[in-house]
Amino acid sequence: MSKQLIKDGQLIDNHWQTLSLAEDATPADAASLLITQGSVIIPAAAWLAQRDNLLARTEHLHDIAVSLAPTFRVEDIAHDVHRFALIAVEFPKFIDGRGYSTARLLRERYAYRGELRAVGNIGRDQLFYLRRVGFNAFLLPPEQNAEAALPSLNDFPEVYQGAVDQPLPLFRRRTA
Amino acid sequence: MYHYDEIDKAIVHARVKQFRGQTERFLAGQLSEDDFRPLRLQNGLYIQRHAPMLRIAIPYGLLSSTQLRTLASVTQKYDRGTGHFTTRQNLQLNWIALPEVPNILEDLANVEMHAIQTSGNCIRNITTDHFAGIAADEIADPRPWAELLRQWSTFHPEFAYLPRKFKIAISGATEDRAAIRVHDVGLQIVKNDAGEIGFTVYAGGGLGRTPLIGQKMVDFLPWQHLLTYTEALVRVYNRYGRRDNPYKARIKILVRAVGSEEFSRQVEEEWMHGKDGPNTLTTEEVARVAKQFSAPAYENLPASDLTSVAAQENKHASGKAFARWLARNVHAHKVPGYAAVTLSLKTPGAAPGDASVAQMEAAAALADEFSFGELRVAHEQNLVLSDVPQKDLYAVWQKAKTAGLASANIGLLADMIVCPGGDFCALANAKSLPIASAIHERFSDLDYLFDIGDLELNISGCMNSCGHHHLGAIGILGVDKKGEEWYQITLGGAQGNAAHIGEVIGRSFAAAEIPDVIERMITAYLALRLDNEPFGETVARLGLPPFREAAYRKEDTNTNPSIGKPAHV
Repeated sequence: MSKQLIKDGQLIDNHWQTLSLAEDATPADAASLLITQGSVIIPAAAWLAQRDNLLARTEHLHDIAVSLAPTFRVEDIAHDVHRFALIAVEFPKFIDGRGYSTARLLRERYAYRGELRAVGNIGRDQLFYLRRVGFNAFLLPPEQNAEAALPSLNDFPEVYQGAVDQPLPLFRRRTA
Repeated sequence: MYHYDEIDKAIVHARVKQFRGQTERFLAGQLSEDDFRPLRLQNGLYIQRHAPMLRIAIPYGLLSSTQLRTLASVTQKYDRGTGHFTTRQNLQLNWIALPEVPNILEDLANVEMHAIQTSGNCIRNITTDHFAGIAADEIADPRPWAELLRQWSTFHPEFAYLPRKFKIAISGATEDRAAIRVHDVGLQIVKNDAGEIGFTVYAGGGLGRTPLIGQKMVDFLPWQHLLTYTEALVRVYNRYGRRDNPYKARIKILVRAVGSEEFSRQVEEEWMHGKDGPNTLTTEEVARVAKQFSAPAYENLPASDLTSVAAQENKHASGKAFARWLARNVHAHKVPGYAAVTLSLKTPGAAPGDASVAQMEAAAALADEFSFGELRVAHEQNLVLSDVPQKDLYAVWQKAKTAGLASANIGLLADMIVCPGGDFCALANAKSLPIASAIHERFSDLDYLFDIGDLELNISGCMNSCGHHHLGAIGILGVDKKGEEWYQITLGGAQGNAAHIGEVIGRSFAAAEIPDVIERMITAYLALRLDNEPFGETVARLGLPPFREAAYRKEDTNTNPSIGKPAHV
């Protein structure tokens, strides 16, 4: 199988499993989702519902990542972000741009330093912007050629406004 | 005007290269129509009724003669010889071949132009006053701020996939000529007691299906915070604006739903995190940009009032026509001895806002000869020569007349704002151009038009309201009734400081009825007006009833056969 995960500019194997909830899942579903052993990405709602139990299994916590749906308010998980080695942000449709703000908040406001992975309906034409708002990993859908997408991480030689990758806007660097 | 440095150039050329790749992948079947659509829209490319339409950005409506000549050559080479200037101060070409778009963008990039973010759910071209920098009532020139916002919003990584389009307008004068209260964000430049520049910020205005006037967010935002505050505001919208229904996705719906005070509080809270951050503007950067909008090398000319300019030429047989042009198309300038001139794109027989290749070239030549090589696009869809010596007005008039750019109708009923409508636009419910043309025909007598005086008549072919019909003293909206084209009339709309949404007078009309309906309402107005009272004020004073009565009166109907029965599309 071809590699679909780009991380830090390289194609790599994805060793994380993803557990998901149905779109219409209730809080009870989130609380009862069976969280298997191994490296798993779980919905942020499941993390919140099972937080105490999961924290009790501290020895496994490095194997748990959370995934944020577009409607999930990143504020609700803000005080836990330092616990995770990976946070995934979901893009069910690439035209839904809420995840871009979520990423900036995670990096700039909540100082999240781990892997920030964009997942879902994304492609090479989104990579440049995704990288700028703080994503360093991108899981492309299987039908896409991830290798051909790599150069798009650098579609533009310069940027005007400050963001995560380059906090200083061009006008603070132009005269420098 | 702002000239690109090497970095600006590199960014625009990188965009051309990126879009060339995307177009090639689409044409090779490697990119689906759904995946390509948002990408092409962010490069101004629509798929229309007949052919793709390309919307070229004219940032805040400012053009050099060189750029206008390039627009003419692009129109000649890739289109059918006519371009359409829009209410966003942009240019649309209606007959473009998709595979050629990257080449067009390359031609444009060579003269520091592009089609970046002229469509799509992103921050669009920033618009401003077409008299910026020359108006006597100006507090400060809005163009440097518009350029700073243009750079900040260009390829903003966080805001390329907003719930819906996002339009910003900025005014630097006491009279608002940029319609800031009907924009997603409207910025009014103000000075505080210390003489420092800041902005009154409005948000949540807009036309479309739900016309709303923007609500005040901040009284005085110090200029340093323009970008950080706007970024906070757009972020709140990006996170909480509705995405379930495109008709309810504009920021105005969010502002109305949560209330403007609560929305403003949320923005303020968000802003507290970014305030004073790196995107805070610096004195050096503002000076760098402002320097490029410094005044041209004006001569020391005697100020003459326009009556004496007219009197000098009265010896000519054309004296009356020239005097009329002076009265309508020539505007005051803050520098003595100079005037601004509107080149009318509302010539009867041509679609409002349309300019032929020859007209674009003639306008560019006029700019070179008489106006320091610069032009403006007015959101009322005309071109403006901003810095013409008064002593040259007669020469400008003669040359403009030869080029078909001198219709003396600015601000009159014939100066209609009209969208391309169902003849071109795939979104339209009805045609707007034949309606405009029938009205032009009915009101072809200049004496009559002058007697009617100031009147804004605006036509939109659908609820998207590109023709700003809500803001017309008379507004005409094309609607679809069971597959037929009908037209709804609103009265009492206004742009400017007293921005106001017009009211629907009643059931809609068939296309053929419109000229009679307008004429009957005008006749009613002429009978009812007080001295020099413009149409809009008579409507405000008396309300709709006398006009409604006139509009629906049947006895003196004389149907105009020149426009056909409702079309089936």
